[in-house]
Amino acid sequence: MKIKPLQIIAHIILILGVLLMVVPIWISFASSSHDSVTILTEGMKFHIGDQLARNYNEVLNEKGGWSEEVTAAKMFINSFIMALGIATLKVVISAMSAYALVYYRFKLAVPIFWLIFITLLVPLEVRIFPSYKIVSDLGLTNSYTGLILPLVASATATFFFRQFYKTIPDELLESAKLDGANAWSFFIDFLVPLSKTMIAAMFIFMFVYGYSQYLWPLIMTTAEEYWTVVMGMKIIYTESYEGVALPRTAERFAYIILSMIPPVLVVVFLQKWFIKGLIQTEK
Amino acid sequence: MSFLDLKNVTKIYPNGTKAVHETSLSVDEGEFMVFVGPSGCGKSTLLRMVAGLEDITEGDINLDGKLINEVDPSERDVAMVFQNYALYPHMNVYNNLAYGLKNRGIDKETIEQKVNDAAKLLQISDYLQRKPSMLSGGQRQRVAMGRAIVRNPKIFLFDEPLSNLDAKLRIQMRIEIKKLQQKVGVTSIFVTHDQVEAMTLADRLAVINNGIIEQLGTPIEIYDNPKSLFVAGFIGSPQMNFLDGNIKNKTLSAEGFEIKDIDSDFEGEVKLGIRPEHLSQSENSLINLKVDLVEQLGSDNLVYGQLKNKKDFCYRCPGNQTIEKNSNLSLNIENNKYYIFDKSTGKRVN
Ligand SMILES: Nc1ncnc2c1ncn2[C@@H]1O[C@H](COP(=O)(O)OP(=O)(O)OP(=O)(O)O)[C@@H](O)[C@H]1O
Ligand SMILES: [Mg+2]
Repeated sequence: MKIKPLQIIAHIILILGVLLMVVPIWISFASSSHDSVTILTEGMKFHIGDQLARNYNEVLNEKGGWSEEVTAAKMFINSFIMALGIATLKVVISAMSAYALVYYRFKLAVPIFWLIFITLLVPLEVRIFPSYKIVSDLGLTNSYTGLILPLVASATATFFFRQFYKTIPDELLESAKLDGANAWSFFIDFLVPLSKTMIAAMFIFMFVYGYSQYLWPLIMTTAEEYWTVVMGMKIIYTESYEGVALPRTAERFAYIILSMIPPVLVVVFLQKWFIKGLIQTEK
Repeated sequence: MSFLDLKNVTKIYPNGTKAVHETSLSVDEGEFMVFVGPSGCGKSTLLRMVAGLEDITEGDINLDGKLINEVDPSERDVAMVFQNYALYPHMNVYNNLAYGLKNRGIDKETIEQKVNDAAKLLQISDYLQRKPSMLSGGQRQRVAMGRAIVRNPKIFLFDEPLSNLDAKLRIQMRIEIKKLQQKVGVTSIFVTHDQVEAMTLADRLAVINNGIIEQLGTPIEIYDNPKSLFVAGFIGSPQMNFLDGNIKNKTLSAEGFEIKDIDSDFEGEVKLGIRPEHLSQSENSLINLKVDLVEQLGSDNLVYGQLKNKKDFCYRCPGNQTIEKNSNLSLNIENNKYYIFDKSTGKRVN
């Protein structure tokens, strides 16, 4: 096969892009395997050190927080539950509301769609006080429900699902109807499998969105057992100023690497669906 | 009451289009009914009302002795084959066929049995595991048919199912559909705008124009005895020749010739219709044709030319006759097979 110059350039650009993404992660990982002192004195590392197990063990299991009750492992679990809940509910609710908007031709479908769309203009940060008031009146502070519920409505996902459903030919619905499908089975047997790729993509985006929430869990939780990863990240950075000890740089890197694992797992797990949808366009 | 009964059925779309006007029609059990008509005449609309995919604005539809106006399509027990097949893209052929059965709660073994039988009948057994996107047009067509057959519905509805196929496959599938319908014996309605398809498939034919059934009858009845100018022009290929004329005292004077003692009391402006195949060459001729073009189909020759007054005219003769371009032919109407229509109303008057 002859390689064209253009292809070489394209490859160089792609390789540079990959390096740009991967190198910082590698440095963080390599640095997380050294002694904090080494890092502080010698700077970041490119090679793996000998403190790997110790650092990670310490980060995962050492109790922190004001009352020294919460471990990083617990925070990862909290964040994972929160992100999973948000992503799942967002996808389910958006897919179903888009279904209603597209297939039930009621008069208010268009105004309702725009109403949903307008909520893009009022993200959680804007409505944080009313949201907090409602959640606390419902007695949901310091609970997973309280962490998840106010974040599950999604105009973006509803919009994407709506656009997708609109491209599905009417005959498909009609012939499913004649085959005895009801509203529910059409959704489950047709729209869900046909929008698999879409669902996977939305789930990934929404998972990352949920995982990286900071302000809402900060306000919502007073009990340390509900703290999340992003809150922990702040704590691990500020903690060193309080004590006399050296900043625990290596542990910070370990924490960062660990915090990336849940989203990466989700992507790895869903990419099969995702890629299958991309390469096999089903007519 | 017959198996399927339409009584004064009218369809007005929300935007005000009146697609079907007070149409009444009955179809007997096991009959193959064909709706034929030009594009936009309301064939699909009528069919979709039977299926339950369009609301009925006025009138009643009875199927198997039951009023189905308000019955949901999923409960009507009808099967439809769509123009673009509407196969389920994410299901393999087996599941495409099985889906309707599953929805009725039929047990797995019975489903498998039925799907396999239908697949065998349609010769798609080899593709059962494939997705529709991996099939050719003809194979998809068969799957669509299979999906209809496997449920053993009360009635089959076909909406121009052959129009996406190439000419040869179309003829082949046409024959297969007819054979299959005879074998399975299910009442069917087939919509098409192709009059050859209509003639060959139909037990009875409904010629539709502008939302009205112009004529209903067996293909031969309609061919031999068209009741209106529209039907006469629509059925038959090549098209019937039409000439302007005038009747006075039972004598018709057309463009350049006269026919005496016609079988009609009508007086006034008329259209005279003569089919190209009802002409023959003879000495004492009625019509003089100057030949412009001869199409040799093998079995037949289609001769296109002009009358004295430059009017286009077509004559069909057996393929073994040689006809020269620019020659003059003298033609006579065989066995008085001509049709006279009232020019103002389009109604047949002889
Ligand atoms: N959903 C609709 N809303 C408004 N008017 C419609 C709708 N569907 C069809 N029509 C109109 O109703 C008339 C009949 O349409 P129909 O689809 O029944 O025609 P058809 O005979 O099937 O034509 P074709 O051979 O082109 O499929 C047409 O004038 C069409 O424009
Ligand atoms: Mg149509």
